[in-house]
Amino acid sequence: MTTPSLVIALTKGRILDEVLPLLAQANIVPSEDIEKSRKLIFDTNLPHVRLMVIRGSDVPTYVEFGSADIGVVGKDLLLEYGDEAFYEPLDLGIARCRLMTAEPIDRPAPTGRLRVATKFVNIAKRYFAERGTQIELIKLNGALELAPSMGLADAIVDIVDTGKTLTANGLEAKELIANVSSRIIVNKASMKIKNAAIREVLAQLGEAVARNN
Amino acid sequence: MTTAKRWLLPDGVEEILPREAYKLETLRRGLLDLYGSWGYELVITPLIEFLDSLLVGSSHDLDLHTFKITDQLSGRMMGIRADITPQAARIDAHCLNREGPVRLCYADSVLHTKPRGLLTSRVPIRVGAELYGHAGVECDIELICLMHATLEAAAVPEIHHVLGHVGIFRALVDAAGIESATEAALFDAVQRKAFDEIEALLADSVADQPLRALLNKLTQLSGDENVLDEALAAFADAPEAVRAPLQELAQIAAGVRARVPGIRLCFDLCELRGYQYHTGVVFAAYSPVHGRAVAKGGRYDDIGEVFGRARPASGFDCDLKTLVKLSQAECVKPAAIAAPLSTDPALALVVDALRAAGETVVASLVEPMAASAELFEQGCDRRIVKGDNGWQVESL
Repeated sequence: MTTPSLVIALTKGRILDEVLPLLAQANIVPSEDIEKSRKLIFDTNLPHVRLMVIRGSDVPTYVEFGSADIGVVGKDLLLEYGDEAFYEPLDLGIARCRLMTAEPIDRPAPTGRLRVATKFVNIAKRYFAERGTQIELIKLNGALELAPSMGLADAIVDIVDTGKTLTANGLEAKELIANVSSRIIVNKASMKIKNAAIREVLAQLGEAVARNN
Repeated sequence: MTTAKRWLLPDGVEEILPREAYKLETLRRGLLDLYGSWGYELVITPLIEFLDSLLVGSSHDLDLHTFKITDQLSGRMMGIRADITPQAARIDAHCLNREGPVRLCYADSVLHTKPRGLLTSRVPIRVGAELYGHAGVECDIELICLMHATLEAAAVPEIHHVLGHVGIFRALVDAAGIESATEAALFDAVQRKAFDEIEALLADSVADQPLRALLNKLTQLSGDENVLDEALAAFADAPEAVRAPLQELAQIAAGVRARVPGIRLCFDLCELRGYQYHTGVVFAAYSPVHGRAVAKGGRYDDIGEVFGRARPASGFDCDLKTLVKLSQAECVKPAAIAAPLSTDPALALVVDALRAAGETVVASLVEPMAASAELFEQGCDRRIVKGDNGWQVESL
């Protein structure tokens, strides 16, 4: 039987910088420099493996549909998208950060409904509901730190790395919602019918992750 | 209002145009004939019925997928069927009341409140077969073979069947005495094959080392036929309740292979699809051209208990629209014959004879008959003309 073809979906930026060395240790090397090329899909040293480079939030979509067999995606995007649609067999332990709530420093307790600005609307909704807090959600796509000082929101839910951006905007991180790192996700049908090929990639990546930790 | 989009259909709701509809209907008839030839009797279930019977023994998931309306006559809540299996189970348990095996099949529309997946129809046409009243592996073997025959008939390329058994996980969880909150978390992690989470959960909740190792091992057991041998070896010393379902699976696999040589069988021993609903073997068919299962089924014993009789039950279904999309079979309606507008009884005889012989004859509405281009558009490649020897068919 010939080895079935595999498409791996990656994201440009920090994840790509950290995942390419792991892939290299698993003997998957793109045939040209992804950062410099304007192409979106790349051949590799392995004839049956191709890499595609897309926006992080699109990785779950491509993998759920099966256009990509494997994807590398942050746990934050996975929690937001809903994680039942894929297998999530490996935590790469890279691009680590925390998903947190943040509020203005020394903010007096708001009266009435808490207004929360975030791009992670599903996560925020679920998190506050589990804690019995009714909130008003405001979906923003960036520069969330601005929302409280401009009177748009009482709190935000965002990714926190060092926390410097928060401090610079008069905010402090409050509660941890989830620890985030990049995961391997696998299309459920691919995992079943291309099992051997995918397991091999997973095993090699797993070894690379273990070596790096 | 000139901007009103009166033609717009709701998301996930589509119409099927003639070319596709011809293919779909041809396949539907073919499949029902196939099921008929295996002894499965067609049932036509109601589009709508009381919610409590529609959602019997099913998961929360089916509840969410069911459109609900109030019955103005009784004040009770009704649901529009999102699945036909519970209806078929009711028919077997309550209406037919036969003692021996009952084989039922169906092909009908269902309605979903939300699509089951990306680019998935909310109005799929469910076609499936259910077998009641036999608890043995013979029943599941027959159904897997029939599911395979279904996909072969639909010309779905490179069919892979994946077999699992919810009893193995269930028996291990029972043996380990995992409490229900942890079981839910474990179930969730197993469904996602999040191996690190599974390991962490088991480390916290299962003190018994060998059992923990078995549970960890189980979540890794997926792949080709070797998996089954690997599992049989790994679980050789496992409790009887764990080994029994595994042996059942092995018997089913052997039975299917004997009946359909060359069939591609894979195994996923921690496939827990429909865990609340299934009671034994679960099976699904996949094709490399589709990112989701193409057909799925499994055992769901005793669902009919609430209808009066607990009966062994197993079955499968698939979406006819998906089958048609994936089908590689050429299925084009044969070209028709155009007949002129005439009251000549001789012409009527010719037309009747052609139609009886299986031809499509399209009667012209104008005299003289339209030009060839228009006839082509109507799907005709021949026409009837009056020649020296009466009415004759000639090519366009």
